[in-house]
Amino acid sequence: MMARTPLASVLVYAAVAVLVVSILAPVFWLFIMSISGTKELTELPLHWIPQEPDFSRYARLFTLEEGSSGREFLFALRNSLSVALMATGVALVAGVPAAYSFSRFPGRMGLLYGVLVTYMMPPVALILPLYMVFSWLGLLNSQAALVIVYCTILLPFVTWLLKSGFDSVPVEIEQAAQIDGAGIFQTLFHVTLPVAAAALGTAALFALLLAWDEFFYALLYTSDIRSKTLPVAIGDFAAGRATDYGLISAVGVLASLPPVLIGFFLQKSLIAGLSAGSVKG
Amino acid sequence: MAWLFLLPMLAIMAVVTGFPLLNTLWLAFTDASLTGRGYDWNWSGFENFAYLIDDENFRVALGYTFYFTIVSVAIEMLLGVLVALLLNQEFFGRTLVRTLLILPWALPTIVNAMMWRLIYNPEFGSLNALLLQFGLIDSYRSWLGVPGTAMNMVILADVWKNYPLIALIVLGALQTIPRDLYEAAAIDGAGPWKRFWHITFPGILAPFSVALILRTIEAFKVFDIIYVMTRGGPADTTKTASFFVYQESFSYLRAGSGAAYAVAVTLLSGLLITAYIVILRRRERTS
Repeated sequence: MMARTPLASVLVYAAVAVLVVSILAPVFWLFIMSISGTKELTELPLHWIPQEPDFSRYARLFTLEEGSSGREFLFALRNSLSVALMATGVALVAGVPAAYSFSRFPGRMGLLYGVLVTYMMPPVALILPLYMVFSWLGLLNSQAALVIVYCTILLPFVTWLLKSGFDSVPVEIEQAAQIDGAGIFQTLFHVTLPVAAAALGTAALFALLLAWDEFFYALLYTSDIRSKTLPVAIGDFAAGRATDYGLISAVGVLASLPPVLIGFFLQKSLIAGLSAGSVKG
Repeated sequence: MAWLFLLPMLAIMAVVTGFPLLNTLWLAFTDASLTGRGYDWNWSGFENFAYLIDDENFRVALGYTFYFTIVSVAIEMLLGVLVALLLNQEFFGRTLVRTLLILPWALPTIVNAMMWRLIYNPEFGSLNALLLQFGLIDSYRSWLGVPGTAMNMVILADVWKNYPLIALIVLGALQTIPRDLYEAAAIDGAGPWKRFWHITFPGILAPFSVALILRTIEAFKVFDIIYVMTRGGPADTTKTASFFVYQESFSYLRAGSGAAYAVAVTLLSGLLITAYIVILRRRERTS
């Protein structure tokens, strides 16, 4: 790198400072709101820093009392977790063999692109028939409905991502196993998958993030604590009339923790995956 | 064997995507209404589409969708490249700042929307407090309550969440450009502007165009951020195409015409998706 003039250095550091502040400030404010007293949040002029941090909302969100906001939050947390895990599980079970097939028996590129197209299709193309079918099957307001409908997003995504993961596993090690008499299933499970474990883990985590973030379908197909996920619950909290802004903020902070931690953990593969153009914006 | 492995995926996709898609297409040619027990329907031919073509409200909603898509994606791409160029400089704490870019990307879309809604709050919001204390405004404003302003404020929230991703993509590409290219160009007397257009830009063009089109496809579908921040208001000035279909289908329960609007939106998305596939295939062939 060429040497910088002192002025250029000052400009770089000033720009970096602006960047860091602009990223951190809104998130920091979300956290501040969650620990400010209700009075402080509705007082003018605004108090930027609470006189006494008040963590009581976090405590309130972890109670199961009937009719409490904690109950709504905890059930939504449970629903989000189980829907995301189950949908990711289904997507992997069907997506691994499909991706393996696309990788090892090339020539069906049209179909592979077809899979990609369904992933990018707008959900409005599917919402009405899915609603009718779920209503007919009595699945409206159930976790099962969300697991099924999330397959429309996660399955093509996982297939696409894993295909490139399998592509980078050398065929030679599989051939060695097959010479030793291993069948195709044995080869896949005992040779290929262990080598592609990192890709598999990455795909699973991305799938979890996608399911955790989904809002549109969840809004349409769930109606109470039995199946509402966190995004829908947050939408409800935010739309309420007499709302406690601090409480909404606390829910937001808690709902963000898992994906943000996963995001930091995924940093390396995220950047690699982004460059491959396979990650949703 | 190849097909056997594909079977579970194909079977699931046929049920959860293939069937609903065809069913939507069929619905679009009926006058079905959404009831608790299935559709009440009669064939209506091209009536829904004839209505749709003349529907002023739908055209307006499409207009807002294009506005949201073009403005937000343009700003995200521009900011993304600028921030990537910045992060490609050497400075203390660079790795940490790069990691920080993950934060907005990883924040759930709904949390982002809710966070900005609170920041914009007309009575107690921190944006009002900040601008007032710096003397930039003289009284509190209703950022999301005024037609014209509301959409731009939604775009700001969307940009904050999405440009870091572009920055990371572009930064990844920047780091693959060999340093000596710049040194050679500098020796040949090329200025910074020339170096950018002849070395940097060709180097980031491929990932830049993929990111551009993926963001455009996503932005065109926008729903969640609108739902939480404005519900399409004020005076429908943030009502985008997806929101329009949602209301037609689930508020007014007009399944037939809702499906027709959905087909129109899907076709428009289809144009963008086709462009994306064409670019991907071209890359595949050249590599």
